[in-house]
Amino acid sequence: MWKLFHQLASPPHFYRLAAVIAPWLAVPGILLIAYGVYAGLFLAPMDYQQGDAFRIIYVHVPSAYLSMMAYMIMAISGGIGLIWRIKLSHAVAAASAPLGAAFTFLALVTGSIWGRPMWGTWWEWGDPRLTSELILLFLYFGYMALRGAIDDTAKADKASAVLALVGVVNVVIVHFSVEWWSSLHQGATLMRKDGPAMDPGMLYPLLAMILGFTFLFGSLLLRRVRTEVLFRERRTRWVREMILSPEGS
Amino acid sequence: MEGLAMGNYGAYVWSCFGLTLVVVLFSDWRARLRQRRVYRDIEVRIKALEERQ
Repeated sequence: MWKLFHQLASPPHFYRLAAVIAPWLAVPGILLIAYGVYAGLFLAPMDYQQGDAFRIIYVHVPSAYLSMMAYMIMAISGGIGLIWRIKLSHAVAAASAPLGAAFTFLALVTGSIWGRPMWGTWWEWGDPRLTSELILLFLYFGYMALRGAIDDTAKADKASAVLALVGVVNVVIVHFSVEWWSSLHQGATLMRKDGPAMDPGMLYPLLAMILGFTFLFGSLLLRRVRTEVLFRERRTRWVREMILSPEGS
Repeated sequence: MEGLAMGNYGAYVWSCFGLTLVVVLFSDWRARLRQRRVYRDIEVRIKALEERQ
């Protein structure tokens, strides 16, 4: 088990493996999203309260879920890097940040667009879910700015990992904000004790979108980690041999 | 056309889907661009070193 773990964490091994896995995640991701978009826009029944505006959830919910998942990947990888000093885990953390920021931005903007016709406002500063999600975006920006401000990669890895770990508190707040405080944002629809509170015709396209976005995120993350690994290992022998080999990357 | 209007919420719904597509494509493009740049920079440096030797 440990041997396999160490082999996976080896940069050259990971670099080659990620190149093989990334397309295999992208293809099912795109197919699931294609089904989810079609079924969500044209087959799912209209919501009796929100009308067709509810269809925004098919992009909003997967984006919001990925905004938190990317942060957790970033924080856990940073933590592993700090404790066990595995170089690859810092590369994973660094690669996860821009993707997490992109999906947080999407969650905020699509949520705001949905809020305009439903709540009558683009934004509500007093709402805990909205505000904590905005703080999440600032945490991503802070993380990337901190990394960019420190030239020494090892120091940047350590400092940014600490910031990422501290910021996990905000992810917990984002997740539970609708339960802890009174919020304009609706409560959990999928993760409920008594099962999802949705019609199957609405639910299946949503599940397909969440799964499809996850696959696509995985593919994008692997490609970004490959680049990060290549940059960090640029002075090593295996990179030199790979570049000089006729096959290249 | 009625399906595209989304019961008068078309502008909200389509802008969300359109924006999502743009952001995902942009992320993909940025990832490819950085991969190419990093690879090319390393390639140039290594080939220059090889020629010097």
